[in-house]
Amino acid sequence: MLTKRIIPCLDVKDGRTVKGVNFVNLRDAGDAVALGAMYAEHGADELVYLDITATVDGRSTFIDLVRKVAHTINIPFTVGGGISTKEDVSALLHAGADKVSINSAAVRNPGLIDELAREFGSQCIVVAIDTRFIETPLGREHIVHTHGGRQATELRTIAWAKEVEQRGAGELLLTSMDTDGTKDGFALELTSIVSSAANIPVIASGGAGNMDHFYDVFTNGKADAGLAASIFHFNEMTIPDLKQYLTDKGLPMRLTH
Amino acid sequence: MKTVIIKYNAGNVQSVMYALERLGVSYIYTDEESEIRSADRVIFPGVGEASTAMAYLKEKKLDLLIPELKQPFFGTCIGMQLMCKHSEENDTKCMGIFDVDVRRFSAIPGIKVPHMGWNNISNYGSELTQGLPDNAYVYFVHSYAAPICEYTVASCDYIVPFSAMLKKDNFHAAQFHCEISGGVGQQIMENFLKN
Repeated sequence: MLTKRIIPCLDVKDGRTVKGVNFVNLRDAGDAVALGAMYAEHGADELVYLDITATVDGRSTFIDLVRKVAHTINIPFTVGGGISTKEDVSALLHAGADKVSINSAAVRNPGLIDELAREFGSQCIVVAIDTRFIETPLGREHIVHTHGGRQATELRTIAWAKEVEQRGAGELLLTSMDTDGTKDGFALELTSIVSSAANIPVIASGGAGNMDHFYDVFTNGKADAGLAASIFHFNEMTIPDLKQYLTDKGLPMRLTH
Repeated sequence: MKTVIIKYNAGNVQSVMYALERLGVSYIYTDEESEIRSADRVIFPGVGEASTAMAYLKEKKLDLLIPELKQPFFGTCIGMQLMCKHSEENDTKCMGIFDVDVRRFSAIPGIKVPHMGWNNISNYGSELTQGLPDNAYVYFVHSYAAPICEYTVASCDYIVPFSAMLKKDNFHAAQFHCEISGGVGQQIMENFLKN
């Protein structure tokens, strides 16, 4: 049976992991390759590396990092952050990334999704959608945001999710900016609507605080995968414990231990 | 031992190369007939679309060469589909090593296409699956699949049962991506490489 996926997300700046990663067993918590390898060893189903570097030098450092990650780990990984052209995608895939995630560039130029899907195949094109539930002239609505969730666009989240699927995206990474960082749980209702509306897998992100939040997002939220960062980085829960818990509750998970 | 990865236009084979490097196996990445013919083992990976991949193979006459090969041969993902008789993807005539047609998964409400993620395989019947745990999990990404047939040596279930692995004489094939399927994928690759 196809399993639900658990995906740790690593933020990378100048080739190193950021966000106060706190692991006793890692000699260097900033070592993005070692951290990814550890998660893979713990049974992570995929990894996401997000480049938060803004500089050109940082970009080439990131590509070196992608190459090292691909050399080291034997599970799929997605890379994202600042990808805006076909050349960016080509460089990252050639370095060994399995998928790329595009966000603002897709909002600016939706045709980029079609172009990338045609050139590289839908299976490796993930569209990240940052969304917020805000007041609009038509009442409260889920609206796509860019710039790390600070800037509202005119796109409605659910319609945009359907559009990116039509244009050839292979997967959606849906981050609720309302729940992100709260540890109060994922945005279940929205995730469920998006997952039902788009016939491609949905990775839910934002708000994971405990194991039941993952259970809820895989059941009520209809998500195909759950992504989290700090709860894993700060060792608030381990991936083997989480997967065992979800297995015991009857969800299909890949157990490796 | 000479290991060849067949070079063609189906996507990114970087992860396959890295997987071989992790196993300490050197390889030649080529589309040249003499290199392929003289290989001890041949790997035929691929991610992509069937008709453009087949057109490239024809242009290079690899569609005639590959079915003639006698050494251990391993096709994965689109590579496996191209080894079948026909693919529904853009109505493509394939190489016909396995006498079976590749069909698209018909989406049913609540179940998504592509089949993407980790799923378990069972009913093993090949030297490539030796040493695997029962119901081992491997990583799939595909919208088309070969049904269960006489060549099936591992099966999987998604919407319908389908062939996760095929085998006929020296020809082996896997629908999933061994190179990113964790320890299980590594075991399958090791089994092929020692064969």
